[in-house]
Amino acid sequence: MTGTALELAAAVRAGDRSAVDVVEEYLAVVAAREPELHACNLVTGDSARAAAAALDAAVARGEDPGPLAGVPIVLKDNLCTRGVPTTCSSRILEGWCPPYTATVVERVVAAGAIPIAKTNLDEFAMGSSTENSAFGPTRNPRDPSRVPGGSSGGSAAAVAAGYAPLGLGSDTGGSIRQPAALCGVVGVKPTYGLVSRFGLVAFASSLDQIGPFAATVADAALLLDVIAGHDAADSTSISGVRERVLPVIDGGVDGLRVGIVEELTDAEGIQPEVVAAVETASRALEQAGATVDRVSIPSAVYGLSAYYLIAPAEASSNLARYDGVRYGLRVDGEDVATMNARTRGSGFGPEVKRRIMLGTYALSAGYYDAYYGQAQRVRTLIIRDFARAYEHFDVLLSPTSPTVAFELGAKTTDPLAMYLSDICTIPSNLAGHPAMSVPYGTGEGGLPIGVQVLAPALGEPVMFRTARVLERSVA
Amino acid sequence: MSLDVTTDYEPVMGLEVHVELATATKLFCGCANEFGAEPNTHVCPVCLGLPGSLPVLNAQAVELVLRFAEAVNLHVPARSIFSRKNYFYPDMPKDYQISQYEEPITVDGWIEIDGTRIGIERAHLEEDTGKTMHVGGGGRIHEATSSLVDYNRAGVPLMEIVSRPDIRSAEQARAYVSELRAVLLAIGASDGKLEEGSMRVDANVSVRPRGSSELGVKVEIKNMNSLRSLGRAIDSEIERQIGALAAGERIVQETRHWNEADGRTHSMRSKEGSSDYRYFPEPDLVPIAPTDEMRERIRAAMPELPAARRERLVAEWGIGETDARVLVAAPGLAAYAEAAVLVLTDGTPRDVVNWCTGDVLAHLNESGLSPEVLPLAPDGLAELVGLVAGGALSRNQAKDVLDECLREPKRPKQVVEERGLAQVSDVGELGAVIDAIIAANPADADEYRNGDDKVRKKKRGFFMGEAMKATRGQGNPQLLTRLLDERLGNDS
Repeated sequence: MTGTALELAAAVRAGDRSAVDVVEEYLAVVAAREPELHACNLVTGDSARAAAAALDAAVARGEDPGPLAGVPIVLKDNLCTRGVPTTCSSRILEGWCPPYTATVVERVVAAGAIPIAKTNLDEFAMGSSTENSAFGPTRNPRDPSRVPGGSSGGSAAAVAAGYAPLGLGSDTGGSIRQPAALCGVVGVKPTYGLVSRFGLVAFASSLDQIGPFAATVADAALLLDVIAGHDAADSTSISGVRERVLPVIDGGVDGLRVGIVEELTDAEGIQPEVVAAVETASRALEQAGATVDRVSIPSAVYGLSAYYLIAPAEASSNLARYDGVRYGLRVDGEDVATMNARTRGSGFGPEVKRRIMLGTYALSAGYYDAYYGQAQRVRTLIIRDFARAYEHFDVLLSPTSPTVAFELGAKTTDPLAMYLSDICTIPSNLAGHPAMSVPYGTGEGGLPIGVQVLAPALGEPVMFRTARVLERSVA
Repeated sequence: MSLDVTTDYEPVMGLEVHVELATATKLFCGCANEFGAEPNTHVCPVCLGLPGSLPVLNAQAVELVLRFAEAVNLHVPARSIFSRKNYFYPDMPKDYQISQYEEPITVDGWIEIDGTRIGIERAHLEEDTGKTMHVGGGGRIHEATSSLVDYNRAGVPLMEIVSRPDIRSAEQARAYVSELRAVLLAIGASDGKLEEGSMRVDANVSVRPRGSSELGVKVEIKNMNSLRSLGRAIDSEIERQIGALAAGERIVQETRHWNEADGRTHSMRSKEGSSDYRYFPEPDLVPIAPTDEMRERIRAAMPELPAARRERLVAEWGIGETDARVLVAAPGLAAYAEAAVLVLTDGTPRDVVNWCTGDVLAHLNESGLSPEVLPLAPDGLAELVGLVAGGALSRNQAKDVLDECLREPKRPKQVVEERGLAQVSDVGELGAVIDAIIAANPADADEYRNGDDKVRKKKRGFFMGEAMKATRGQGNPQLLTRLLDERLGNDS
């Protein structure tokens, strides 16, 4: 590959490399590998070339295009891009061009990054393998017979295959971290509210968070620093000054208290190589000066059940608007209700329908308290238990995914088996805490394993310091 | 239905009033909150519910509700939340309405109506929907060939005011709505126009055996576009329910539509199944938590409320309660009258009020104008009152002058001059006129002198008519009467 985002941006800013050349180089990788991988719903080569040329001209005029100058980036196709189709890998939005751009995309472009593709995902981000895409699955660049994980499988595969040094995904229950682990790249789910959701097509609003993919921890920090920060257009966005991450990533872990979450590491179904990787990682942290202990977070095991009530409940409401009235697909009917039903019947795939039904049921009169209400109480417990753990630990450790990348089709007929892919990642979403996956060795079939670093709300600096030590120890 | 039956039942009502708040922008986006614009010109990704868009709460809407809370004794909890009300409807862009369900912004208040407290259960914030127009089939949905949706109204802030079932008559319901409207106008929360839909009233009507403390089955009445139709609809529904109970029938809980034309309520086509709105807390918005500073600032800036203003005007000006009510109920009219009274040099506040509740109000109603934009400023009205009080203008003349001043930007004195209207009050001039008339009609003068009261009255009318003719209507009538009596002797 042609270097990290940090190196590229420095070279472009200094005028040592032209953004046009950089973009061409990466587009060549896309052209070579895309037919096999299908990581992208749309490659925006022409607009990328034009943006690169404009950026080179700016550099020539002596302007500073910003910290991501000339760095190609891939965008998950649930991020709105003005005038560019945004499909969520769903037939129901096929061909829809948003009239506005997501805040995160505006921020990366303002920082000089050059979007080169909209990447594939599980339809409306619902899935763990990118096989739920209406436009066909994405394949894992490490082994094309395997899935890249999901739902941000397109962005993870694209970064792993060298389409771009940086990618953006969204993470509702692990949708950045799990594919990052399966593809062998770094993936970060920031603190809820740290990154604006404005322009991210909602799946489950109280859980969704946008975050970076990168080949290195430093590049992920670079991208996070660009996209983080208050946005008046998102009421749930955190206001106030926040610490930048990149300047502190080399702070080390000396004196840090690290806890291995028992419920997320010793659970049934976690591959031995994955557990071993977490053990190895913890020893590396110990060697770097951290103290490591095991910690029990009893409510964490209920995370999955709570998640599969809360997320579908919110989704059933968020996805109601795809009714054929204003945009996207419309299948006509003799009256409005029939048109609505036919449009949704043919526009949504089976997993989306399954979750809409689950969520509708969970919110129904007479069931609300037993399902949605109960799930919210579990969520409160999880928040409390994590808060207690963080009284004794600075960061926590667990596997990201119970397994390495699995074969295409292995879990498509068993939704529950698929849902278990997110068992380690879901608690952070429920708690609103940051977590990231760092590649840590390989397992079955030589496939990458990811170790997850979890931190309390706004604990990104300490989380990245830990991740950085892990990254160095594995090399 | 016999009279006995009516007295055996007691109507019990609660009202749900939706008020469009007079904010500059919509509840969750920066689009203008403006009535009557070209369809779909006040829209954006947020109020169209486009994928990825997010709501941001309008602080002004919160402030208006908090002002209302101060006005009608509502409690404001430290924290309130928004909820989603989920149902499919084409004029609702997200297919859910952002409303408040559990934990509303205000709870548990009351307003006094003619000495009776009407409880207010809650007043909460929610967004309005768009408007659907059915094309073909005479605008009826089931015969329409297609439908068009205007989303300008989608996202307009609404305050829903829910009363307790404390209302016992149509008259009281009207008084309650009328007072709410006066309060809303006074605090600048809404223009409160029932006819234009900026204030919409649904009535929950039930009846029960007099003396019972249990509530009867309630029926919701919709589609009342004026205070008058509200009163008629309630009376009609009470009558229907009492009739049904008296006939041994049961009241069905349902929604009924008021039909202005036939003066009856009609059962609305029932929706498929019962509606389950699947309310849950809106995850895209954070709780509303008004600070003490905010509450204090609002409290300090509260304007005088209608009840207090009526009381003050009755006491200060010696006007009747009814006049005070009319004056305060009309938007801006009391302020107009007060401004006129402030610069009054001759005449009384009562005179000002009489003009305001009479000709001025009639003109406002007819023209749809508000007092602030009348060509006749308050000091002009004060001038007119002064002209009448000083005897320069008769009341009838003043009426004509006012009529012109309400339409043309002219001062009353200017109109008087242009029309040569000034009332003649010169004793010498009028005395000469009387003398001339008596001289020209000696027989009538004799008849007057020798006649009884009946004859005198008739003859005085004759002489007055002649005098007004001679002065082209400008003779001061009181003065003329006095002069006539002096000349002909009035010992009766």
